[in-house]
Amino acid sequence: MRKVLFESFTHGLLTEVAPKPDEAGLTELARSVNRAARARLGRSLSIRQVDAGSCNGCELEIHALNNAFYDLERFGLRFVASPRHADVLMVTGPVTKNMREALLRTYNATPDPKWVVAVGACAVDGGIFAKSYAVEGGVKDVVPVDLHIPGCPPNPKALLAGLLALLETSA
Amino acid sequence: MILPRATVNEKAWRQAIEQLAAGRCTLLGLWGDAPAVHMALLSEDFSDIAIVSYNCKGGKYPSVAARHPPAVRLERAIRDLFGLDASGAPDTRSWLDLGFWNARHPLGKRAPARKAKPYEFLPAEGEGLHQIPVGPVHASIIEPGHFRFTANGEHVVRLEQRLGYVHKGIESLMHGATLDAAAKLAARTSGDSTVAYAFAFAQAAEAALQVKAPARAIYLRALMAELERLANHFGDIGAICNDASFALMHAQCAILRERTLRAAEACFGHRLMMDVIVPGGVACDLAAGGAAQLKSLLTEVRRVFPRLIELYDNTASLQDRTVTTGIVKPEYARQFGAGGYVGRASGRAFDARRSPGYAPYGDLKFEVPVLSAGDVDARVWIRIREVEQSLSLIEQVLKRLPNGKIHTALEAKGKIGEGLGLVEAFRGDVLIWLRLDGKGRVDRCHMRDASWFQWPLLETAVEGNIVADFPLCNKSFNCSYSGHDL
Ligand code: SF4
Repeated sequence: MRKVLFESFTHGLLTEVAPKPDEAGLTELARSVNRAARARLGRSLSIRQVDAGSCNGCELEIHALNNAFYDLERFGLRFVASPRHADVLMVTGPVTKNMREALLRTYNATPDPKWVVAVGACAVDGGIFAKSYAVEGGVKDVVPVDLHIPGCPPNPKALLAGLLALLETSA
Repeated sequence: MILPRATVNEKAWRQAIEQLAAGRCTLLGLWGDAPAVHMALLSEDFSDIAIVSYNCKGGKYPSVAARHPPAVRLERAIRDLFGLDASGAPDTRSWLDLGFWNARHPLGKRAPARKAKPYEFLPAEGEGLHQIPVGPVHASIIEPGHFRFTANGEHVVRLEQRLGYVHKGIESLMHGATLDAAAKLAARTSGDSTVAYAFAFAQAAEAALQVKAPARAIYLRALMAELERLANHFGDIGAICNDASFALMHAQCAILRERTLRAAEACFGHRLMMDVIVPGGVACDLAAGGAAQLKSLLTEVRRVFPRLIELYDNTASLQDRTVTTGIVKPEYARQFGAGGYVGRASGRAFDARRSPGYAPYGDLKFEVPVLSAGDVDARVWIRIREVEQSLSLIEQVLKRLPNGKIHTALEAKGKIGEGLGLVEAFRGDVLIWLRLDGKGRVDRCHMRDASWFQWPLLETAVEGNIVADFPLCNKSFNCSYSGHDL
């Protein structure tokens, strides 16, 4: 184990410079964040991810945010295991009829103030699956959304830019 | 693959079922196509596939599951989607229809939705048993599904899964879709296997239209398939160790995964290589400088990965968690026709690339690693060995990559055509069966993920293990929810 540990000292830092906060995201957020919430939360947000029907592609890129290259936690952003610990719900996928109720319950279990970030083309409006009998629609058709990060799937840089925009406005 | 499909009478249908029950062939798929049901069978030596069809009488067909349990969930799904009943079926509970759709039998004769009855889980009786319900929303970044544990203290007595939460109705969206739109849907059936799905869909479409993709495209497909396998195996090996609280492996494997995705993007313009494989060939050629990127990826992996293997092998606390945990018995792997590392870690030497086999793998050299312990450790080792094979395959593809066109134009022939695709995704074989209407549109497309035959084995694998080892077992399977729920 020592070898691998030492090795990680010598290959230099992999973590990359953060992208600029996403401009479009900033404007979308400016409308939805209030000052009181900012003061209370400071520059740190806990995120609960909810897959409401995705193909799992979006999850793969969300996972990547935790790797050494993107290192999400350096911004005070981290994923938590329970909606009760979360400030942000990060929702992927078209919302399927079978997941609608579970998403609503998760939303209701998240304490205020809270933000919802819809990730991926499907989460915007149901995407390629929108017309199905089994799909309710985009995330905004079920819970209020504060920020959309489009892409199929959005790559980690786009996710990071969106989340930094959220942090700028909420912190 | 162009496969003759035989419509059979009840006697022959029952004979086929007996072959399955006797273990003389493997169930490769069972799906509805109202008013018929189709069943794909794989011969004992894995070399041949046959499809038999049965025209339902009064919406009924003789149950396969009555004699062959791997068909249970497939029959329940057929009923939910098509309203076709398996007579004599051992389990008639719904499977994909959780009671939230506006109509029942969305792919068959639609019927008005009924108020759903509370779902009845299978009973477990005994002193001191308690139940632990988990999901559909899970405590990390994973897909949704429900697990119902019955435990005695720390020990799991029974696990029962309830899936269907991410059912998107993909097969209904396929009906009437153009080939392009359908390929995109196939590529979004299970995002982690987007290359494998696009590959299998292309195989099925090309078989239905009786065209061949150019040689260069076929080699590029294999290149992408192996990159996808590498990325997923790195992710899995790290994540399994992480579930045993060994974060160092997780961090190191995540770096390798990221490097692989970056190389994929440099070569094909998309980190997951979505929509690059299309019916007729591939949508874009290997980017200039792509081969050099891949060579440096191979060098880096060959430098780092052996040390990680050593680390895995020499860390007693990690081995303590993975060895003898979550055992899948070889007879179950065989009976269920479990594909991928689940099957190969339990003695089932099936790999669709080898047999029945498909281009270009016949021209390439690779081994199919097989172990028999069937535990979490064995499933990790199969992945480790497969990483080594994929590295060599990528090298071979780069060396032999033919010049020439990358796409063959497709024309609707005015004739109805059927085709089958079978591709080895990182987690196991993906089967896609397709019927085109002759005007360039899909009439019926069925997709069967390897997870269908792996999920039930996870239920058996955790029996007698402690609850705390479930995440470890689950991760070592890494079944797809979306690929299964469709
Ligand atoms: S946006 Fe793309 S990657 Fe994300 S869930 Fe939808 S289809 Fe999958």
